[in-house]
Amino acid sequence: MILAMDTSTDVLSVSLHNGQEIIEEYSSKNKNKHSTRLMPAIDRIMKEAKVTPQDLTKIVVGMGPGSYTGVRIALSTAKTMAWTLNIPVVGVSSLRALSLQAAGDDYVCSFLDARRGLVYAGLYDKAGNEVLPEVNILMDEWLEKLAALNKQVTFVSPDLDKFQSLIGEHLGDRALYKPNGHHLMRAGLLAEVGKDFGPTDPHLLVPNYLRLVEAEAKWLEKQKADQHDR
Amino acid sequence: MGGIMKKTDQINILAIETSCDETAAAIIQNGHTILSEVVATQIDSHKRFGGVVPEIASRHHVEQMTQVLEETLTKASLTMEEIDAVAVTEGPGLVGALLVGVATAKALAFSHQLPLIGVHHIAGHIYANQLVESFKFPLLCLVVSGGHTELILMKEHGKFEVIGETRDDACGEAYDKVARVLDVPYPGGPHVDKLAKLGNDTLNLPRIYLEEDSYDFSFSGLKSAVINTVHNAKQKGIALKKEDIACSFQESVVEVLVEKTYRASVEYGVKQVVVAGGVAANSRLREALRERFNDPEVTLSIPPLALCTDNASMIGAAAYNDYQKQAFRGLDLNANPGLDLEQYGKR
Ligand SMILES: [Zn+2]
Repeated sequence: MILAMDTSTDVLSVSLHNGQEIIEEYSSKNKNKHSTRLMPAIDRIMKEAKVTPQDLTKIVVGMGPGSYTGVRIALSTAKTMAWTLNIPVVGVSSLRALSLQAAGDDYVCSFLDARRGLVYAGLYDKAGNEVLPEVNILMDEWLEKLAALNKQVTFVSPDLDKFQSLIGEHLGDRALYKPNGHHLMRAGLLAEVGKDFGPTDPHLLVPNYLRLVEAEAKWLEKQKADQHDR
Repeated sequence: MGGIMKKTDQINILAIETSCDETAAAIIQNGHTILSEVVATQIDSHKRFGGVVPEIASRHHVEQMTQVLEETLTKASLTMEEIDAVAVTEGPGLVGALLVGVATAKALAFSHQLPLIGVHHIAGHIYANQLVESFKFPLLCLVVSGGHTELILMKEHGKFEVIGETRDDACGEAYDKVARVLDVPYPGGPHVDKLAKLGNDTLNLPRIYLEEDSYDFSFSGLKSAVINTVHNAKQKGIALKKEDIACSFQESVVEVLVEKTYRASVEYGVKQVVVAGGVAANSRLREALRERFNDPEVTLSIPPLALCTDNASMIGAAAYNDYQKQAFRGLDLNANPGLDLEQYGKR
């Protein structure tokens, strides 16, 4: 029995997957309550399915990018459960999981608002391979890259409203959008993509932040500048 | 969670502490014996920034937590089957850092269906002393750290009454600021202490007692006095010895801390005085307290150096009361960066 979880966005999502299909899934959009609600949500779906922690065979976790704090809540929970129950853990990019909402389309771009015009973004082909590496980038710049590919791209994002007109400016009718209801993170899809992945050592699984800590970035910049001055 | 209590007199609590920049775990038996203890410190990661960067601290916690736990169990030669409860610091502290510990503790408790206990970080610092000797009530505690300067009265286990606290900077904060004036590396407190040992109390810095009957503290005036004294000397072309500045500052801090603690201990007729927090490692404070409290009726407890800084053993020691009272927490336990000690005592 596979347990999957993601708290990298405003949506908290947990799911149980028996290897063939999703048997339980619970999602809730309630920002900032992930810390208090994740463990009770897991407890609830496991009770529903009459599954005990000892019945779990694998844990799949959305490793970000997204809210730093949110990503760490799921990661800490998943790493600890996998380590202490002695079962494999798999980290899946939360962007990749999100892109599954448009599975079957040729090119799928999933993205999350990262504020100040920036996004976390990924682009995948039909088989789920990364066409461009996941990045933290200005949406303007990202869309230019997509336009240069000259392909039809399906967009999936909980923050689509905020960027839809900008996407239109760059891609025109080469941009496709999934209907409402297909833009939120779902742990069931996370389990689907993660169930066949090879495991990571739980000690070594780290979040996919896609961004340095601001203080660290500034410090590195200063080191570079100092080296120039010398 | 209403877990079933094991029928044995050996109670092993696995405790986790991640409130600031130490990733720590420990296993404590019966609230007083350390079976194992592991602390992964991050000092080197924060040094270049001159202080703790909260986001960096949180990132380290999530990377190190399970390894720290594994080492803790291995060191004690125990498995999770021999653990009776999981305890964790729920606050106060850096919220992102606390959340990693809380999520980890809940995942452990859930995976093994163990009771979960939330601990106040300062209660932990106070209970570090229980790892050395049993408490006698009423008890007075001087808490001195980077974030706290408080006098706390305890009439029984788990109940706390704050009778005095700082009105501005915490004592450790004042040390850090003076360390910056003296241009010594982070963390500043131990460096100022070292310099002070080599100097003399020559600057006549003020002793700030506030109102006569108050047990409150104030350190911002003293910090300003240090800055002004250094500035004025520079203007006049007088070279002050760093050692003398450090010594004069430290003498002023220690005198006020010790005197207020002594007066409160007499007024409340306490049987034991305990010192807690990072600044309890200060050599001059330890010495001055020992000189002042020479009454055989009052036990003075100063934790060994390793238990003054943040660790999980103290969390496991404080959690034992809750275990005995079966004051367990649910899987919705949250990090509480502003958790109040008196309120926590009423839980
Ligand atoms: Zn502390």
